[in-house]
Amino acid sequence: MILQVQEVSKRFGGLQALQDVSFEIAEGEILGLIGPNGSGKTTLFNVINGVYPPTQGQVVFRGEKITGLPSYEVARRGLARAHQVVRPLNDLTVRENVMVGACFGRERHSLGRAAPIADQALAQVGLTDRADQLAVTLNVAQKKRLEMARALAAQPYLLLLDEVLAGLNPLEIAGMMETVRQIRDQGYTILMIEHVMQAIMSISDRLIVLDYGQLIASGTPAEVAANPQVIEAYLGAPEMTARLLAD
Amino acid sequence: MNPWKHYGFWLSFLLIFLSGLVVLVLRQDTLRETAFTVLMFIGLASSLNIIMGYTGYVNFGHIIFFGLGGYFGFYLLSELGWPVYLAALGGGLLSAVIAYIIGAAVLRLRGAYFALATIGVNEAARSFVSNFEPFGGSTGLYVNFSAYDRYGGAAQALWFTFILLWLVVLAVIVASYLVKSSRFGLGLTAIREDEDTAMVMGVKAPQDKTKAFLISAFFPGLIGTLYFFKNGNVEPEDAFRFQMSLEILVMVMLGGKGLLLGPIVGAFAYERLRGYLITSPVFKDLHLALSGLILLLIVLFVPGGVAGWFRERFPQFRRWLE
Amino acid sequence: MQVVPSIIDGLLIGFVYGVAALGLTLIWGVMRVINLGHGATMALGMFCTYFLFSDLAVNPYLGLVAVIVLALLFGFLIYGVALQRVVQAGYLSTLLATFAVNMIIIGLGTAAFTTSPRNIDFSAGSITFGPVILQGTRLLAALAAVGITGVLYLFLYFTRPGKAIRAVSDNRAAAELMGIPSNQVLALSFGLGTMLAAVAGGLASTFFPFTILSGATYQLKSFVICVLGGLGNPLGALLGGLFLGALEGLIPIFMPVSWVPVVEFGLFVLVLVVKPTGLLGAK
Repeated sequence: MILQVQEVSKRFGGLQALQDVSFEIAEGEILGLIGPNGSGKTTLFNVINGVYPPTQGQVVFRGEKITGLPSYEVARRGLARAHQVVRPLNDLTVRENVMVGACFGRERHSLGRAAPIADQALAQVGLTDRADQLAVTLNVAQKKRLEMARALAAQPYLLLLDEVLAGLNPLEIAGMMETVRQIRDQGYTILMIEHVMQAIMSISDRLIVLDYGQLIASGTPAEVAANPQVIEAYLGAPEMTARLLAD
Repeated sequence: MNPWKHYGFWLSFLLIFLSGLVVLVLRQDTLRETAFTVLMFIGLASSLNIIMGYTGYVNFGHIIFFGLGGYFGFYLLSELGWPVYLAALGGGLLSAVIAYIIGAAVLRLRGAYFALATIGVNEAARSFVSNFEPFGGSTGLYVNFSAYDRYGGAAQALWFTFILLWLVVLAVIVASYLVKSSRFGLGLTAIREDEDTAMVMGVKAPQDKTKAFLISAFFPGLIGTLYFFKNGNVEPEDAFRFQMSLEILVMVMLGGKGLLLGPIVGAFAYERLRGYLITSPVFKDLHLALSGLILLLIVLFVPGGVAGWFRERFPQFRRWLE
Repeated sequence: MQVVPSIIDGLLIGFVYGVAALGLTLIWGVMRVINLGHGATMALGMFCTYFLFSDLAVNPYLGLVAVIVLALLFGFLIYGVALQRVVQAGYLSTLLATFAVNMIIIGLGTAAFTTSPRNIDFSAGSITFGPVILQGTRLLAALAAVGITGVLYLFLYFTRPGKAIRAVSDNRAAAELMGIPSNQVLALSFGLGTMLAAVAGGLASTFFPFTILSGATYQLKSFVICVLGGLGNPLGALLGGLFLGALEGLIPIFMPVSWVPVVEFGLFVLVLVVKPTGLLGAK
């Protein structure tokens, strides 16, 4: 088990964002994380990679308790993240952005060794011809790819992908999904949040579902899709939904 | 990486190196004095650039490192009789220690809050030094002229101090370049652009910011000691001219922050302008207003400063204007 | 016992500090700009009141009307020239822009007025309550401060422009979608902030002698107050002003007056580090 999340809860003042969330990820698998808006998915990511500590519970990464460690310590242990709202380092070139990932990630390469690794990551996401452009000049889809390349360059044991398809048109989605498949085929372990149902259903080995901060289902995509609680979370009462669908 | 290919560094380095050489060869006192002032500001602006331009943390109180380090260094040489180069090192180290202490408190603040805190720290330091007895209270410390004897008298000592300053400023350029072109510097730039994301990528922001802050504080301490030694005295009003903090900031902005060449260009241009204004009967009272106007125009229209503007306008020279 | 009269005197002065801090906090609250020209504006308010008094024999309190109008217009000017272009460009640009304005004002002011201290030789008598003697100038200033704060409150909560200001300060994008001309609102807010600073300066000029550089001391006090009370929190600015005034009344009893800036700035840095959102919470 590469990652174990044990009874994690997170409270913000009066708001209980996460409640007793527990799950595991095996090495090499793709675990999809789905749930309605506001169900706590990004909060869970934030707790896992150290943006803030959980109020209760433990996060164990490759056998080590990383609960409460700051995000740079977690990154150094081999956990990389692509954000939902892209955060490029604007005044740096695309290549330099990715080099930051290589220089400060798991392997902590020198500048010299980081450059070819960065180029490799850029090739994987298809940004090679933009390597010398300033990050601020990219469009949204390209920035998403940059996020991905930065995370890959860190050569992580676990990749956290937060809605990498958000804001993309169908063509871009297809392209990005292909990239994710290639990454999966290289053996990366991935935890991904996604709203585009078809995409995440097709690529995930297993799924977990959050609703109002609680884990309400887990299993294969087929199992989860048939789960009435999941349907209710997304669409409301299941019988009503069934009736509407029948009509 | 072939060091000879780093044109930007060599341009900056050679500018300083040759300027100093010219002064030494011509052996004119007035030229030396002018060059001393310009070099001093180049050193101060370049060191500020490390925390402000590279890391994105704007320090309005940069002068306190000059003042406190300089005071301490001066104390070492005038009261304890240390040779000036050791005293200068002592001053630099004290400044670094003070930066460490201040940094522990204020580096955790972001953006505008950090800037405000540095304004506050500067004011408090000024008031404190005015009241603190061993620093001579508000009248300051004076050098015992025998301190100049070990260098063969006052005149020789002034030349010796100039050489030391020249070497220190060269060291600042080298240090600034090493920071900028290293992995450490890449981390600082990442912090400047988006500190939280930098940390998520593994940059140890708290530690790296502190290191940058210490480096930026060390050199002003050295420079301050040399300056006060040359002048023969130090007083709080002199050491903590808050105005000088602002002027150094304008120099960095004018020349181009984040670039190696920027503070050199900015310090030189500003110092020359200031020198002209002070001696001109028409403008002598207006130099502060004019610096303000320069800063405003830069901020509104040329935020990258002179060097930054050139870099953008003439991309083929990018490597020279590093 | 010197303590009580000292503190009361300090409190009365604190009303004026509160108005000054209110100006600073208003600008921050609406447009996230730290106005480093705040002190210079206060100094201009002092000089304006002074010249009206010494050259035109205008009662300083009546002179405030002129100060209000002039400062409002001056604020619009500064906003239009220096800030409009960079309001969206991030904190460093706006910080440096207002800072540049400060340098220009101080520079021109030093050239025009020199650094010889000016004094408004105006006495409004005093009222005695037992052992406590309250100076007329302090009382009138405190009253004026309360009056202006009251009018500002009414303006912000009961007039259209006032509500527009509060809307923009809450969420500029949303306000624009509602059809509020946010740029004009920002100009108005900056004008009001400048006006408050100038009025505070004008009132302060009746207390002590001043030069064009006096503004800097008051500006730093305003920062301390805003940080104590929470940047963007108007009530915090007022209460913070009273608190600082009282503190200033108290400190000289225990240590030489020259240590007051050190204590104030120690407090400033301490609050920024320990609770940057201020004791009452910031925006």
